[in-house]
Amino acid sequence: MRGNDATMNKLNGYRRFHPGTQPEYDFPFYASTAKRHPTQPLVIVPQTLSEITGPVFGTDELKTTDNDLTHQHKGDPIGERIIVSGRVLDENGRAMPYTLVEVWQANAAGRYPHKSDTHNAPVDPNFSGAGRALTDAEGRYRFISIRPGEYPWRNHYNAWRPAHIHFSLFGHAFLTRLVTQMYFPGDPLLAYDPMYMSVPDEKARARLVSQFDWENTVPEHALAYRFDIVLRGREATPMDKSPGE
Amino acid sequence: MSLYASGSQTVGPYLHIGLTWLNTSRIAGPGVKGEHAAIQGRLVDGDGAGVSDGLIEIWQANAEGRYAHPEDRQKKTLEKGFRGFGRIPTDATGAFMFTTIKPGRVPGPEGELQAPHLSVTVFMRGLLKQLSTRIYFPDDPANEHDPVLQRVPAARRATLVARRKGKGVLEWNIVLQGKDETAFLDF
Repeated sequence: MRGNDATMNKLNGYRRFHPGTQPEYDFPFYASTAKRHPTQPLVIVPQTLSEITGPVFGTDELKTTDNDLTHQHKGDPIGERIIVSGRVLDENGRAMPYTLVEVWQANAAGRYPHKSDTHNAPVDPNFSGAGRALTDAEGRYRFISIRPGEYPWRNHYNAWRPAHIHFSLFGHAFLTRLVTQMYFPGDPLLAYDPMYMSVPDEKARARLVSQFDWENTVPEHALAYRFDIVLRGREATPMDKSPGE
Repeated sequence: MSLYASGSQTVGPYLHIGLTWLNTSRIAGPGVKGEHAAIQGRLVDGDGAGVSDGLIEIWQANAEGRYAHPEDRQKKTLEKGFRGFGRIPTDATGAFMFTTIKPGRVPGPEGELQAPHLSVTVFMRGLLKQLSTRIYFPDDPANEHDPVLQRVPAARRATLVARRKGKGVLEWNIVLQGKDETAFLDF
């Protein structure tokens, strides 16, 4: 139905989140939510042009090396080299092409080069821990990095964050904005982690765990992990392209 | 094929590492058409303390009411170099400031015009999923008929309207809890 002038008046809005897939704002297991969650209910309002549009980023804003976190300094970072790749899709299974993906993570020892990180683990002068990429025409992205370390935090006694990589995505609308975290398969800390456990539905939680990716593993070089990310999808799918390609 | 959106997770305390490269507190440069304004405020928690590790993102139309996005098919001019996106971290006291122009009116859900507004997304440690809200402009008669603002209970509507602070300066705060708790929106 593309090109129909009726689209000027009739907005093709986005679906609401499926129950259980998103955390609640007030989640006592994660102590910092106590003073930072809204106490009044959110006001449900209609979607407008303001929400279904959003910033567009171009390849000219990124360097081609921005997706390689292992080559941002003179030397090689310490740690196990990994490749993290996947696709950004919407809820209709359609690829999200040319959308910005930003990542940040701790070094192999579980330390961030950040003034607020006081964990007694070494900073790696060859690792800053930030990267970004635009997805390609099929919604694919790829990062080269090192496996992040687990680290302690003060949420509760003997609290440790499982190894994770922070992901920030835009999609094609301001309301598809998503910040999430990618975890690693088999991490014993997941069951003790308030952030991971904040996603109520077990299957939804499990989708935040990357999968070991034999096909993309590079012999003699790096293990690979696959992490697909799904952003909110349209209520109605345009019929000019079959969903799922 | 039907999938569910990935679960949201907090940005955590080290968000700056990954996000600072795109910080934009000057949304509209001096050459951009429109009524220029600085908007300043604070992000405060349930104790009234400033949130020092917060981040706000802004999305807005230009002075004619056109978004720099392919789905805005209105016959209005787009200026080169105006994206309409801002990313502003809070400082040690929870304060933030950005400069921009007052946007024009854009169509609402039924095609009627909305009052000029900025869309706002809030991120911080201790917030497991982003919060959305809007900034409206003071003394704009269109606020009385705005299809989104009018859905907000009357007693809380003022939390979405900036206050005039001086010539070309507006104040708008984000209050997470308490008496003046900001009305957050669910689209």
